[in-house]
Amino acid sequence: MPAPGVVLAVAVVLIVAAMVYYLVSTIVALRQITQGLDQAIASVGEIIEKTAPVEPVVSTINAHLDAGVDALEGLLVKKAGLTDAVGLLDGLYPGAGAQGLRNYPDAATIKPPRIAEVYTRGVLTLARLGREAPIAAASPEGPVLRHAARAAAQTRMLYPHERQLRPANLDRSPVIGSDSPVQYEPAQTPGVRVMRVGTPAQPTPETETEGAA
Amino acid sequence: MILYWIGSLVVLLVILPVVIYLLRGVLETAQTIVPSVQRIGAAAAAGSKDLDAVPLLLTTQEQAIKTIETVADYGGSLDVIIDDA
Repeated sequence: MPAPGVVLAVAVVLIVAAMVYYLVSTIVALRQITQGLDQAIASVGEIIEKTAPVEPVVSTINAHLDAGVDALEGLLVKKAGLTDAVGLLDGLYPGAGAQGLRNYPDAATIKPPRIAEVYTRGVLTLARLGREAPIAAASPEGPVLRHAARAAAQTRMLYPHERQLRPANLDRSPVIGSDSPVQYEPAQTPGVRVMRVGTPAQPTPETETEGAA
Repeated sequence: MILYWIGSLVVLLVILPVVIYLLRGVLETAQTIVPSVQRIGAAAAAGSKDLDAVPLLLTTQEQAIKTIETVADYGGSLDVIIDDA
């Protein structure tokens, strides 16, 4: 074989060897890619399967919650009126009055009255009695009077003519002891007191029985 | 004979490097895809595992229905015992 033929043969062998090496390596990489994609596709299938019931379940929950919100809003507006309902919501959740009620678009334009800033036991009692609590009328511009723990004193100050009529100081307790202003002689017999000179005799049960006879 | 030499040298010195260059490019590209695909598979598996709690939504649904029913009962009672505005 001539020398150029040998060179050509070597070149062809090298080309084939290179193609074998790189193509086999490429095949291995492609197989790894295929395995990874199979794993990803299986996991995606699980995701699709697991998320399938989410939409109807969430829709059902939202439907029930919507019904609850509608019922509560309707009940609140029915019982308290639209204006007082907005005031109550704004008092419990500051700023909620500006958002209004979902089923009452006009509620967002109502200025929330200050009816929910003081809800102590006394106020609630008055409310149950059907009386209007003059909280806002007493201090329309003052600070919030609500006290989370105990607001009885603050509430009492709102009713000066009704709650402050009791005497400032009650009668003192009687003084007892050896130096008390009123002295009593000690009893010799339990229940029988010695008759002092100048004082009429106290009737005893026996004398009362005789007189009656 | 000269052309034979030239052809042989061209195959050895030109064609062989070009073939190696092209095949090496294909291999490197394929090898860079492998870790990306593996990360995708791991992320999908983790996402699937995170969704194991989805069946609890059925319990949430039942609880929501019971809660709304209770609220409706309370609302009906309040509607009876409290006068309208």
